Amino acid sequence: MVAAGPAWLIRDARPLGGPAADLLINDGVLTEIGTGLSPAGAQVLDAAGLIALPGLVDLHTHLREPGREDAETVETGTAAAALGGYTAVHAMANTEPVADTAGVVEQVWRLGREAGHCDVRPVGAVTAGLQGSRLAELGAMADSAARVRVFSDDGRCVSDAVLMRRALEYVKAFDGVIAQHAQEPRLTDGAQVNEGELSGRLGLTGWPAVAEEAIIARDCLLAAHVGSALHVCHVSTAGSVEIIRWAKSKGWRVTAEVTPHHLLLTDELAAGYDPVYKVNPPLRTQADVDALRAGLADGTVDCVATDHAPHPVEDKETEFQAAAFGMTGLETALRVVHAAMVATGLLDWAGVADRLSVRPALIGRLTGDGGAPAHGRPLTPGAPANLVLYDPHARSVVDPALHASRSRNTPFAGLALPGQVVATFLRGEPTVLDGKLAR
Amino acid sequence: MNRHLISAADLSRGDALLILDTAEELAQAADRPIRKLPTLRGRTVVNLFYEDSTRTRISFEAAAKRLSADVINFSAKGSSVAKGESLKDTAQTLEAMGADAVVIRHQASGAPHRLAGWVRGSVVNAGDGTHEHPTQALLDAFTMRRRLGRIDGLRVAIVGDVLHSRVARSNVLLLRTLGAEVTLVAPPTLLPVAVSSWPCEVSYDLSGALPKADVVMMLRVQAERMNAAYFPTVREYSRRYGLDAGRLALLPEHAIVMHPGPMNRGVEIAAEVADSPRSTIVEQVANGVSVRMAVLYLLLGGAGLAERPAEVA
Repeated sequence: MVAAGPAWLIRDARPLGGPAADLLINDGVLTEIGTGLSPAGAQVLDAAGLIALPGLVDLHTHLREPGREDAETVETGTAAAALGGYTAVHAMANTEPVADTAGVVEQVWRLGREAGHCDVRPVGAVTAGLQGSRLAELGAMADSAARVRVFSDDGRCVSDAVLMRRALEYVKAFDGVIAQHAQEPRLTDGAQVNEGELSGRLGLTGWPAVAEEAIIARDCLLAAHVGSALHVCHVSTAGSVEIIRWAKSKGWRVTAEVTPHHLLLTDELAAGYDPVYKVNPPLRTQADVDALRAGLADGTVDCVATDHAPHPVEDKETEFQAAAFGMTGLETALRVVHAAMVATGLLDWAGVADRLSVRPALIGRLTGDGGAPAHGRPLTPGAPANLVLYDPHARSVVDPALHASRSRNTPFAGLALPGQVVATFLRGEPTVLDGKLAR
Repeated sequence: MNRHLISAADLSRGDALLILDTAEELAQAADRPIRKLPTLRGRTVVNLFYEDSTRTRISFEAAAKRLSADVINFSAKGSSVAKGESLKDTAQTLEAMGADAVVIRHQASGAPHRLAGWVRGSVVNAGDGTHEHPTQALLDAFTMRRRLGRIDGLRVAIVGDVLHSRVARSNVLLLRTLGAEVTLVAPPTLLPVAVSSWPCEVSYDLSGALPKADVVMMLRVQAERMNAAYFPTVREYSRRYGLDAGRLALLPEHAIVMHPGPMNRGVEIAAEVADSPRSTIVEQVANGVSVRMAVLYLLLGGAGLAERPAEVA
């Protein structure tokens, strides 16, 4: 077999934050872990003090291509992902045209391979054109070269109960999962911010927690009824965490994600009407943040997913209600999780690896079977060399001008966050070295 | 005072009283043969109106002109927030014109906040979406003080669509600052879910609230609410929350009836109530000009009022 690339010896890294060890990479595979390993011709990377984690996997990324290349492209979005420590991202379907056919998902998949910064796994739309009226050709997308397994109308809710039931049932044929954007549309007509004290004070239409929780409860019951797999996107309320905890206690196949911004920020930030804080679902209260952190810590919430949603400046420099929903997140996610979960003692680095790599890889069916790439494997010999080296002692102020994403709508701008991604390896090839793109 | 007037919460008690006292002096000037004061000569006030509001625009225009400011009316009506020139580009245009103050009426809550970040001049909120309308609250307070001699300790009932009312928000904040006790009266569907955190009482029962009110302020029922299941029918709303002659009789003898206009006669207020001597509705319009003069005068730092009598003389 032809070597996938030069061999690397990563010296003195701390796998999952544990004791220092050397990691030897050959032919894209982690071949040896131990102390005092001999380079034997391999390039040496001094990783003293750096934490080694399996390459991160994002279940929820908006790459915007095709259609909104002014906001992001597969090239810029995956570069941002690599800089954030990701080796695989799931590209959401709400592009123009919508990723609801084998042709579009294959295009996105191919663009990802050409960019080469990380694996791109297209998410297929559940309904044709995201219109919520009839199923898209889920089987064709599953059978395509892109091997789609995650389906979502994200940005919109599959609110029709019958359609949701059919989607959940149908994807059982190819071990698919329906990732639901839980938002009862009638309860959120014109909604701008979390419904509560803030929405009343600002005179902005409220987005009530019940609009998310009611759909999650319904979908858990539907998934149980048809014996299928439900994934809940961007859980944002304390009540949602409780419902998911209950569904899991029944043994139902329900998984959930939380975004970095919902782990760190609260609705009060929108008090100045700055649309950089406008996101869907909206920023909630501190009680919700606390419940989401606790849910992520105890595993009720399976993983962190960025919901990286780039927007051009003109879509944010407007009146609040005219602005687009969404925040970028790929380049800050690990640092935000560090601040919200590790610095607070809620998760250790093994826990971070589980929630940002192992579990999202399982939910995305990135198991290495049936031609899918393998991600989220433990850092043990034989695993594909997908990993990130992270400096936990670094600290810096987030400067959106330095981001690789084409868009600048990060709510963390100006915030001092811990940590720094130093290097990312995708199947043994560095995509990031010294905190900069390697290719 | 702040450079801008965007929310009634921007005003300290001292600021609010200064505006009301200044308005009182300016109102007296309005009774003189020559109404115009030279205080803002050479200053430019832009009325930037994204919403049709003839009464508020005319009121601000009259206020600025009586202070001798140059007034530019920039009607952006019809240019929806989603299309056409962006607010930021418009702000830059106003900057280039050298606007000293921009009076903005906009259908989007928070638009004046955004504008204030993009212009050097003072921003005066003339009503933003369902957020605030601080000069309306000031003219309401001015009217109460003129009629009842004080604001401190007054019991004010604000009745109707509080959820969507910028008038109610600004009044709750300002009246609290000035020491009045506010009770919001509305069907539960037309109150914000977290209204319990507001500095006021809440009641669902208009007839029960009236006997202890010194002031009752009726809010307009917007046509678009009538078909959105906030209440079953207009008739039922009117029966439960309208101020008719029967309910008027429940008020204490001295109590006054206010309405920010425009009224839906026969819906939230009966014609005989609107036209009764207790109604201050026409005075509110006149007082609006004095209060807006005071706001522009104080924000633009016109010559000290102490010098004014000499100028007028």
